[in-house]
Amino acid sequence: MSGNTSTHRMPSYLEYKGRYRGLAGWLLSTDHKRIALLYLYSQTFFFLAGVVMGIFMKLELIAPGQQLMQASTYNALFTVHGLTMIFLFIIPGLAASFGNFFIPLMIGAKDVAFPKLNLFSWYLFIGGACIILLGMFTGDGPPDTGWTFYAPYSLRTNTNVVLSVLGAFVLGFSSVLTGLNFIVTIHRMRAPGMGFFRMPLFIWAMYGTSWIQLLATPVVGITLVMVIFDRIMGIGFFDPAKGGDPILYQHLFWIYSHPAVYIMILPAMGAITEIVTTFSRRVVFGYKAIAMSSLAIAFVGYLVWGHHMFTSGMSETARLVFSLLTFLVAIPSAIKVFNWSATMYKGSLDLQPPFWWAMAFMFVFMIGGLTGLVLGSVATDVHVHDTMFVVAHFHYIVFGGAGLAFFAALHYWYPKMWGKMYNKRVANIGLLILFIGFNTLYFPMFILGIMGMPRRYYDYLPQFATPNFISTIGSWILGVGLLIVIVNLLRPKKVSQEEIDNPWQGRTLEWKVQSPPSLENFEEIPVVEHGPYDLVK
Amino acid sequence: MYSGYSNFVSNVDTAFIFILGVSAIFLVGITAAMIYFIIRYNKKRNPVAEEIEGSTKLEIIWTVIPTILVMIMFWMGWKAYIPQRQIPKDAMSVKVTAQMWSWRFEYDNGRVTDTLIVPAGKNVAMHLNALDVIHSLYIPDFRIKEDLVPNRKNSMWFNAPIVGTYELFCTEYCGLRHSYMLSAVKVLPEAEFNAWYAASAQPKLDSAAAAVPGAAGKLIVQGKACIACHTADGTKLVGPSFKGIYGHKVTVVTDGKEREITVDDEYIKQSIINPEADVVKGFQKGQMVSYKGQLSDEEIAKIIEYIKTLGEKE
Repeated sequence: MSGNTSTHRMPSYLEYKGRYRGLAGWLLSTDHKRIALLYLYSQTFFFLAGVVMGIFMKLELIAPGQQLMQASTYNALFTVHGLTMIFLFIIPGLAASFGNFFIPLMIGAKDVAFPKLNLFSWYLFIGGACIILLGMFTGDGPPDTGWTFYAPYSLRTNTNVVLSVLGAFVLGFSSVLTGLNFIVTIHRMRAPGMGFFRMPLFIWAMYGTSWIQLLATPVVGITLVMVIFDRIMGIGFFDPAKGGDPILYQHLFWIYSHPAVYIMILPAMGAITEIVTTFSRRVVFGYKAIAMSSLAIAFVGYLVWGHHMFTSGMSETARLVFSLLTFLVAIPSAIKVFNWSATMYKGSLDLQPPFWWAMAFMFVFMIGGLTGLVLGSVATDVHVHDTMFVVAHFHYIVFGGAGLAFFAALHYWYPKMWGKMYNKRVANIGLLILFIGFNTLYFPMFILGIMGMPRRYYDYLPQFATPNFISTIGSWILGVGLLIVIVNLLRPKKVSQEEIDNPWQGRTLEWKVQSPPSLENFEEIPVVEHGPYDLVK
Repeated sequence: MYSGYSNFVSNVDTAFIFILGVSAIFLVGITAAMIYFIIRYNKKRNPVAEEIEGSTKLEIIWTVIPTILVMIMFWMGWKAYIPQRQIPKDAMSVKVTAQMWSWRFEYDNGRVTDTLIVPAGKNVAMHLNALDVIHSLYIPDFRIKEDLVPNRKNSMWFNAPIVGTYELFCTEYCGLRHSYMLSAVKVLPEAEFNAWYAASAQPKLDSAAAAVPGAAGKLIVQGKACIACHTADGTKLVGPSFKGIYGHKVTVVTDGKEREITVDDEYIKQSIINPEADVVKGFQKGQMVSYKGQLSDEEIAKIIEYIKTLGEKE
């Protein structure tokens, strides 16, 4: 199995010419790698749009009082920022892009199980995105409800809620179908000899993620349809004026939207596991513990949604049970962090850019995870619930966790995907600036939250001014770092074939094929005879 | 921390300190280990890695110890919280009503205020209601928060021993002026509170004051929170200011078409009962609830009388 890389080269998936040429060759391609890039480019576009909105929000909050926009604009901005970042960037996240690209490559398959369904999922994604965009520019203006669409406010506001909700509904189908596709692929298409416990840990993470996508997303789908019915037909599922229950809306929304956090973070954890292991140049520490913790997160993650509702007036029993279960879900994440650190122990650490990204991930992810404990404990949650503390916590998890892992994965698999290499020194400088900016931007929000500043605030009292000012400065530093990172990735240099086929000495299957891979990935389906990270002489 | 501003503060703060303390130890410990590994085991210093596949003993240790720690955190959080749900029977009761974007506190004797006024050292129970959307009552200094949900009977309580003024926020996003939905808690010495409470059954207008045109209307406008959006001094908030509006020509949007009307009794009544029908140009639709059933014709007439006193023309 030691590689067909140097013998003769096939045309790569980027060069390959099929039935359609040019743009159509991409838009109609059922190749999982091309679809992965379609996702990657569209997601990155939405991410950058979300960043611009975020920078404007921080600019408004630089000082008390009105700076450059009115309250209605600010409210629309934080709603659209949330919708864009969550539904269009980080829920598809690493799964749609890197999952699509690397699941077949890492399990020794030629494609996913249902390639046409895969392409259809991308079109659903773009369709949903277009509906959300349409909602921003038509009717009575962009929604101003927050991305959570809490009833009854979302039923009363005059802004264009229906189209945004419909867009999110369509995106849900994309997510469900992608999850289904991956589950079948992982079950049915592994190379001969690759038992479940010989799968790379990224695949385990993707497996857990896919089950959440498949089982949790329909709940939010129904809920969003109910909101549309409430608004258009006035049925009143969630409208107290008509005997409906707004708390029911919160339950249904969070039954999906809490597991959705694990849809975002599990693939990220999977990618980090690959990166830490590869750059430690040794076998991963605690393979089974990491694999099982992925499934544990996927399972227990279903049962903790109530911690978003500790102040809603739920019964004491519900508050007790949800608090207890929330603490349990912290354990598998902690196990992963311990195993990643232990993997570095007695390794031979190759300090390359993807490794530094993984280290940055681990640091901010720990802060995000540990501050989550404050939100799991009822007494402390009640104090910081719906304050800036929550904003800080989820940006540490979602941006610091999933977002940094997205860039870590991009730097790690970059040579494999495009057959080129970026400037490593510039990559490190960009990361350092971004890391400083990230913490300057979000850490003050923890302090604001503990001081008592509520979230979704357009204006604030003078005692909150200093941390807000520091936070805004952080947003500029973060912006500069991000700009350096992205420009650097857009300006790769050509290097020798050895430097791109397996530049990091990765041991998993994707590094055994040429870079970029050929259309069908493997000329011959490999036979797997050992664990994914075992050293083979 | 440990300010003692309410009976809950010290237990909640102990839970905070325990959770944040343990977290800080883990964060610093793991980060230090990572930095040590990066220095000690980098490729130059350690060219050949050792292939260690794992250790069951370690896995058990770092599963069991964090589990014990988080269970302690869970228990501390729960113990600090559960007293907040046990409202003492002797507590003085205040009805709290929230609507976009104002607070209304009603006492047993019928007194209504927009600031929560309570006696120091006494148990105060708040019975919560919202008229339009979900709001949330948050007093950071007291470490308490509970949502006000329309048609749902939520409640909360506290005992504030220290005289002073504390901030009160709405923490559930409720639309345009969410960030201005602020009030305060005034904790008064018990004697002072009793004097205020006894003297202040709902300020009934004596006959002389009632004779002043608009005085009755002004009270209604304050009591129904109209002033949260409509000022009396010409400042533009969510809705048009009342100042100088009566008899004035304005452009309104009716069914998407602009037309000019004169503000008269009929228009004011229409705007109270059916606020969506004719929205003054430059203001957003969908911000105001209908006050149908909340205001009698007589009360509306008094409001009109009050608006007239604010000047007919600019």
